[in-house]
Amino acid sequence: MFAEAEATHAVGWFLEHAWLIPVIPAVAFFLIIFFGKKMPRGGSEIGIAAMFASFVIAAGTTYQWTQWTHHSEEAIDKTLTWWSSGPLKFAIGQHIDGLAVMALVLVAFISTLVQIYSTEYVRGDRRYTHFFASLTLFSAGMLTMVLAPNMVQFVLGWEIMGLCSFMLIGHWWEEEANARAALKAFFTVRTGDMGLLVGTAMLLAVFGTLDIGGEHGINAMAAAGEFDSKSMLMWTAIALFIAAIGKSGQFPLHTWLPDAMAGPTPVSSLLHSSTMVVAGVFLVARIYPVFHIGLDINVAGHHFNFIAVIGGITILIAAGLAFVQNDIKKVLAYSTVSQLGYMMMGLGVGAWMPAVFHIFTHAFFKCCLFLCAGSIAHTGSHHSFDMKTDMGGLRKKMPVTFVTWVISTAALCGVPFFSGFFSKDEIIDSAHANDYTVFWIVGLIGAFMTTAYMTRATYLTFFGKARGGAAHFVDGHEDHSHDEAADEVHHDIDGHDTHAHPAHDDHHAPLNHGKPLPFAPDDSPWQITAPLILLSFLALVSGYLNAAPFHWHSFEHWLESSIGLPLGEGGIPEPPTFEWVNALPSVVLVLAGFAVSLFLSKKVFFNDEKSPFKGLTERNALLGAGHKFLVNKYYLDALYEGVIVKAIAHPIAKAAYWVNQNVLDGVVNGVGITGRRTGEWMYRNVDQRVVDGVVNGSGATARGAGGALQPVQSGKVSMYGALLFGAAAVGALVLVLVNS
Amino acid sequence: MLLNQFLILGALLFCMGVYGVLTRKNAVMVLLSIELILNSVNINLLAFDAMTGNSDGNVFALFIIAVAAAEVGVGLAMVLLIFRNRKNISLDDLSEMKG
Repeated sequence: MFAEAEATHAVGWFLEHAWLIPVIPAVAFFLIIFFGKKMPRGGSEIGIAAMFASFVIAAGTTYQWTQWTHHSEEAIDKTLTWWSSGPLKFAIGQHIDGLAVMALVLVAFISTLVQIYSTEYVRGDRRYTHFFASLTLFSAGMLTMVLAPNMVQFVLGWEIMGLCSFMLIGHWWEEEANARAALKAFFTVRTGDMGLLVGTAMLLAVFGTLDIGGEHGINAMAAAGEFDSKSMLMWTAIALFIAAIGKSGQFPLHTWLPDAMAGPTPVSSLLHSSTMVVAGVFLVARIYPVFHIGLDINVAGHHFNFIAVIGGITILIAAGLAFVQNDIKKVLAYSTVSQLGYMMMGLGVGAWMPAVFHIFTHAFFKCCLFLCAGSIAHTGSHHSFDMKTDMGGLRKKMPVTFVTWVISTAALCGVPFFSGFFSKDEIIDSAHANDYTVFWIVGLIGAFMTTAYMTRATYLTFFGKARGGAAHFVDGHEDHSHDEAADEVHHDIDGHDTHAHPAHDDHHAPLNHGKPLPFAPDDSPWQITAPLILLSFLALVSGYLNAAPFHWHSFEHWLESSIGLPLGEGGIPEPPTFEWVNALPSVVLVLAGFAVSLFLSKKVFFNDEKSPFKGLTERNALLGAGHKFLVNKYYLDALYEGVIVKAIAHPIAKAAYWVNQNVLDGVVNGVGITGRRTGEWMYRNVDQRVVDGVVNGSGATARGAGGALQPVQSGKVSMYGALLFGAAAVGALVLVLVNS
Repeated sequence: MLLNQFLILGALLFCMGVYGVLTRKNAVMVLLSIELILNSVNINLLAFDAMTGNSDGNVFALFIIAVAAAEVGVGLAMVLLIFRNRKNISLDDLSEMKG
């Protein structure tokens, strides 16, 4: 009553106090660090409570934003001067607009679920408390960043995340591979971060301010053309985009993302859905006018631009690599890279709204997929992530995981009426409508590939005959050691259980190598399944917030003011009107990808002679058909495995992998080696000859003087100090006398 | 203008720092005292900065803070090493520099 009357004029409480959202987890981080170990649940309760409180406020903010936006398109800024230097003032506070609200509620929601999930997943871990502390701080970093009213706070949040991702990826650092993965992630992202620092400094030079919103903010000034030099703006945009490449795992800095799978699965899930990797896309979306004008997006006659090209390459490269991975988490990792490519490409073709909407929908289904993978490893396959040796046939054993996985996969593939369809298809559609034909085709091919590799992964994991851990049967060590895709994540069973999960011995019987285990895979406990169900539900319905086929555009309406550019003439193009005819190619390709991949998967994986778990039903049918048919079957196998896969998939995928391993890593190593050689040369010629000569000469002089002063050198530090201060006092006295 | 008060505060801090450096035996306490000295200088710089109105002193103070952070890092690392080797960080026992 009273509140309603107020609401039309005043901003709601939640909108005014949105700055609490990152503050709560930040405080919780310190509470966990200092008191977590003494708490009955090791600090996890503080983390969950804090994230839940953040989520409640974020939800309230979202609700009030949806009400408020009808009255005004203004953002709600509230700032406190953090520090000032001369005429420059740097504020810390909040900049609440549609984009920020969307990201806030997304991050808070997913962080809450991931923390609940983690209580079961890392139960009994030796660094349980630290895990929750890092997880909480990580969320706080992302929330700080999305709330940022200026670039300084943006950098602050960005760097907090960088640090926490290092701690979380290397959580099980006792295994060297994990520590290396953490370092690789940190340094690769750091390479891009240089771009952020340079770009931020250049923004200050171009616009004279680092504020993002407001009348004299970066966005408004860029949109109004209030800058001196266009080329300067272009270089600023390029520098900032390099930061986005590093953080969002775009080509060519995507190599850290798959290695980041070394972290615990909840971390991968959080990293790959709503935080960290989205930060780069978020940066581009946040100050979009800078990129849009600086890089000539949507200028007639320009069919390519930096952002779209990088995004397009990333889509294809990553999707190709996803085909040759045996590790379920690596498939998902490359899939994330590919989807981030879609977002970048969307931003590159002027489809701001679909790209941001894809951030939103992608977060739910990708988080769900990772948590499914974790659920499988946790209860289904005994901590193995290898689809070929330790999974298969899990759909009956783990029905909840299976159903949620399938829904999320359908959303990821862009099957009509799942959430991914509404966002991804609109990116592809916009590329077409905005006259970026090349990227339209890239998007379509990407959709085909996405469906194909996800079908393969689904098939290997849930269908066919159970193998290895999934068949509650553990192979000996030999079997693990000759794994081709010797991935760093793959904890071998002993190592994982004794090092990382000591408590598993409490509720899991001891493992007998080479023998059936006394327990069967079953669905995970509620801490794991509840987040899965919630997320898959959202993967199903979140797309309807902006469902073009039904002309529902609430999401668009709420976020419109965040673009910083007008829609239509002189800004970014209006989103195309949805027509089923335009969506047809992608839908057909999705279906084709599904069919082709299913067919190939069945043929190739069911009849793997080397596997002791041969598809029995298939073999029986074949036995009935006769020996000759069986030989033909082998012929087909040879055709699929030897000819088609080898001739088409392997060279491309292998080549991509090779480029990845040799060329890109080679360049990095080359730089290192050149640096070392230069250093050695400098040492030999400059240091040894020139510098040492001078030093030796002065040394001889000093020795004479030193002899005279030897008695002063008592060796007592405090006496040296007294001499120093005494001399300074005498010097000061002389100064005063001379000047007076 | 509050300039005098700031300068007096700075001078007091400086004296405390010097006293600490000269009399303390514990290396960590000496490092702490050095921080006091550095910050007393910072206060002076900022006080003069506020008086003159340009931002030179501000920039100096920022630099000093950065350098002080690095210095403490190195200093504590040395103290740590000394402790590892001798199980003791009393400065009186460290007279290897005697010439």
